[in-house]
Amino acid sequence: MKKFIISALSIIMGFLIGGLVLKLSGISPLEAYQVMWEGAFSQPNYISYIIVRSTPLILTGLSVAFAFRTGLFNIGAEGQFIIGALTASYLGFHFNFSPWIQIPLVMILATMMASLYGGLSGFMKARFGVHEVLSTIMLNWIALYFSNYAVFIDGFRRPNMETTEFINESTSIGILSKWKVSDAGLEWLSNHEFWSSFMRPPVNAGIFIALIAVIVVWIILNKTAFGYKLKAVGFSPAASEYAGINTKMKVTQAMMISGALSGIAGATHVMGVSNNVAVLAAHEGYGFDGIAVALIGSNNPFGVLFSGFFLGALKYSGQKIQSTLEAPSEVIGIMIGAIIFFIAIPSIFNFVTKSWRKNP
Amino acid sequence: MNEMMFLFSTTLMYSTPLIFTALGGVMSEKSGVINIGLEGMMTFGAFAASWVAITQNNPWLGLLAGGIAGVLLAFLHAVASIKFKANQVVSGMAINFLGSGLAIFFCRIFFDGASMTPPLDLEKKIPAFFNQYATVYIAFIVTLIIWFTFNKTRFGLRLISAGEHPKASGAAGINVAFYRYAGVLSSGFLAGIGGGSLSIAIVSNFRPTLISGQGFIALAAMIFGKWNPVGTLFACLFFGFSQALVVFIGGFEGLQVSSQLLATLPYVLTLIILVGFMGKTTAPSALGQ
Amino acid sequence: MLALELKNISKTFGTFKANNQINLAVNSGEVHAILGENGAGKSTLMKIIYGEHLPDAGGEIILRGAKTVIQTPAHAISLGIGMVHQHFRLVRPFTILQNIILGIEPKNFLGIIDYKKARKRIEEIIQTYNLDLDLDQKIENVSVGTQQRVEIIKTLYRNAEIIILDEPTAVLTPQEIKVFYCIINNLKAQGKTIIIITHKLHEIKEIADRCTIIRKGEYIETVDVNTTSETELASKMVGRDVELVVEKTPALPDGKVVFEIQNLNVVNSKQHQCIKNFTFNLRAGEITGLAGIDGNGQSELVQALTGLRKVHSGKILINQKDITNLSPKKIYNNKLGCIPEDRQRVGLVMDFKIKENFVLQKIDERPFSKYGFIINRELTKFSNELITRFDIRPPNSELTAISLSGGNQQKIILAREIAQNPEVLIAFQPTRGLDVGAIEYVHRELIKLRDQGKAILLISYELDEVINLSDRIGVIHKGELWADIDHNTIMTNPKLKEDIGLYMAGGKPA
Repeated sequence: MKKFIISALSIIMGFLIGGLVLKLSGISPLEAYQVMWEGAFSQPNYISYIIVRSTPLILTGLSVAFAFRTGLFNIGAEGQFIIGALTASYLGFHFNFSPWIQIPLVMILATMMASLYGGLSGFMKARFGVHEVLSTIMLNWIALYFSNYAVFIDGFRRPNMETTEFINESTSIGILSKWKVSDAGLEWLSNHEFWSSFMRPPVNAGIFIALIAVIVVWIILNKTAFGYKLKAVGFSPAASEYAGINTKMKVTQAMMISGALSGIAGATHVMGVSNNVAVLAAHEGYGFDGIAVALIGSNNPFGVLFSGFFLGALKYSGQKIQSTLEAPSEVIGIMIGAIIFFIAIPSIFNFVTKSWRKNP
Repeated sequence: MNEMMFLFSTTLMYSTPLIFTALGGVMSEKSGVINIGLEGMMTFGAFAASWVAITQNNPWLGLLAGGIAGVLLAFLHAVASIKFKANQVVSGMAINFLGSGLAIFFCRIFFDGASMTPPLDLEKKIPAFFNQYATVYIAFIVTLIIWFTFNKTRFGLRLISAGEHPKASGAAGINVAFYRYAGVLSSGFLAGIGGGSLSIAIVSNFRPTLISGQGFIALAAMIFGKWNPVGTLFACLFFGFSQALVVFIGGFEGLQVSSQLLATLPYVLTLIILVGFMGKTTAPSALGQ
Repeated sequence: MLALELKNISKTFGTFKANNQINLAVNSGEVHAILGENGAGKSTLMKIIYGEHLPDAGGEIILRGAKTVIQTPAHAISLGIGMVHQHFRLVRPFTILQNIILGIEPKNFLGIIDYKKARKRIEEIIQTYNLDLDLDQKIENVSVGTQQRVEIIKTLYRNAEIIILDEPTAVLTPQEIKVFYCIINNLKAQGKTIIIITHKLHEIKEIADRCTIIRKGEYIETVDVNTTSETELASKMVGRDVELVVEKTPALPDGKVVFEIQNLNVVNSKQHQCIKNFTFNLRAGEITGLAGIDGNGQSELVQALTGLRKVHSGKILINQKDITNLSPKKIYNNKLGCIPEDRQRVGLVMDFKIKENFVLQKIDERPFSKYGFIINRELTKFSNELITRFDIRPPNSELTAISLSGGNQQKIILAREIAQNPEVLIAFQPTRGLDVGAIEYVHRELIKLRDQGKAILLISYELDEVINLSDRIGVIHKGELWADIDHNTIMTNPKLKEDIGLYMAGGKPA
């Protein structure tokens, strides 16, 4: 409860500071926030865009939060995301089974690859004492350049493009994606304004996978002996070792699960939104945003769900002020930074609660 | 022989921003404050340096501005960490978001919505001597100064004591907070200059992808160099060398290595070295407390 | 003449009154002891004198006749007050010289430290007080006794006239304690005023002139040490009559050896052999003490016995079953319990609830979990039983361990280990930092367990504790079993303590 209040107060501070920066730059904060609000919620397709945008953020946020709960700082969600995405697009293009087999198969294999990739950092920490922050940073770059290399493999590369071939139709988790561009679909949608708008973005089943992941992670952390031991290792490695918990194994397992969650993020992104992988000049920021999501959600699975949607909405609506007001959308980055900054110093809010107590 | 010269000078070029930034990390962490926000300080510094160099027509003022920009962010981190006893890792992450957010935000404000600054004319860049930018020499001089400060001066002894045993320092009448502020602020200054040494020396403008992870690599170099200024210098040179190697090998004609695979080399090498040679860590005892 | 006088000093933290209307008058040139239990408010009082805490309004500090407000430690130092904390405040990677001058380093105009000048002054001090030190050694490489001398020189280097020492002998060997007493007498002879915080009665009798007793933050009285007996001091400290010696019936061992350590060799992370050819047996129904100075291999020994550290060679047997190099879990399941040295770091997960801490080793087992899912109801039931049986307060299994007092935290560990019904229990520093009541409780539980026929290995740096509780005593020195003293000798040797002290320091009694 206290953590929730701190997050809420931090978000308010984030908006205040974002407003201040806008004001100093000669842009009306009220106008900007109004544009953002309308840009986020005034049309059905905005909402579905936000859901689509939030899906990978919830999953990478969950990934980072899970690692945090076990005492690990996974900066490598970015690289694990890339591995998941790359595997999904590779297999989604090369395999072509019936969707009932294809989708779970591709999803599971992509998740496994990312899980191994994340687990590598855990293993290096457990076995060689290499700090996970260092190894995951290195692995992020290795994943990025490896993905760029893979995109250019003949037969996988889309001729003359800096992208891979599209995945087979059977791999898609898009919701009614074929129907909505068919004659029947177009006709039905033209008569139903709400759905026509809502279905415009690449609506896909990823959000349901993310919801399931949130629940599963919550159960693991709160209801299972396995989660109990992971948390024990996170809180106190020495006490866990003394109590007979294999801490090295737990560190590796925790990073594998964390990696798997980021891998699912990458896989759902390819299977539901992008349908292929492109050459990257720099990191897209899913992993970094995942850190923000985890921190704002105070590492609680349901908190992450909320903060994932919040960040998705913020990032989506932030684009609108660029196009409408010519105000830099990077104010969103400043706001996120400010929110996390205040989350880092919960003691700053103590005076708020104190003065409340004194003068109710 | 020319090839050796090429490797050598490319190594120095790539190492320089890392040396500044990693030394910044050393200053902060030796005083006891974790600084994971180097990346953000570098980014903001790179932008500020570029902006001032363009508007003032003076690269030295630009470099100074880069340092000051880093200090501004470092000040936030310092207040959070020292005054409010923040979670320093979280606060550092906040600085990373703030740094890149502020840099691109102001870039768009000052340069008509563009996310990169216009290129600097050659004569407005940091000048070069003997085929190397002046910042390269400065980086080595700064290393020397920090080594000297740590080993010979009162300031250095007190700064290290603040990071090793703040209670002991406090009991000895030392103002621990002062030395920690000094450590964190100087780390911001150095990281900002590190960013500037990229945007107004090695390349000639600021762009959003300019830093892309170098702050974190500097952090790795600092740990690899065991928080020791000279060790850190060599760690940065090693990393610069492996990047130079990428350029060098990539320059061979008819070589059948994908440039993308080759680009992973510095990171793979670093990982191998971390796995193979990461002995006992020697982090300051009170780091993060 | 009074060197220092405190009148009606109070200090409140939140709603907790750590000091309440305390009075203190210290004569110039005397050794004045402050006696009180753990948590009585001694350290708070000293921190007020040293400027680390500001007292509540209303009290007065009078220093050499002048009313003073001591703002900071730096201010206290400038007023000629020095303090040696219980946990030394030394920077481990620095040399002794660097540690002494830290904070008032002589320097030139460039800020470069003038080590030559500093060294000269320190050598003068060393000569004046006859202290023995190598200034270029790093703190991490010198003994605890040396570290204490460094702390004392630090205060002298700052021209302290009043020196406060917090629990100065807690970590010293009997021999080091003797050297320490000499140093105190030297300081006194040179006219320094000494304030010693302690809860050790014989120490007060040995060196103090007068003694002020505080209890639960309140001033009780100031007595002349020569005319007050140890028993009187003790009852004033605790507020009731106390037994200075643990009440225990003689052990009734059936002689059955249940735990054997045979030729154990253990190597530490620096490749240094920390346990050498260690052979030691425990019998059922006995408390076997292991005395020794901190850092002589006790930690490594316990780690090796509980499976946390690899045994290089040798064997560990429990009821003839070889448990050498088994995993901690398997060793635990073979009925070896352990109260670890560091309860907050190793014994408990401080952020876990009480009920979660009770099942740290057993979460995988029924009834606490089934098919991998935790059965919360069983956790609560189990912990409520233990909370009642061991009188853990407050009796709420949902509280986190961090919210409990040290004594109650130790009770959780004790309860958990005893509930497992171990054949052998290793108790490593089981009363460290506890107050008198909790210490008595832990001692009684250990004896109870002994009388149930269990074998107990008591490892402690407090020699008095080992002597009071043990039916047999081993001494560990530099990783070797240096002496093995049987029950008969313990009961009959009048010089037992001196002898053990000598063993601990690596000597042999003549």
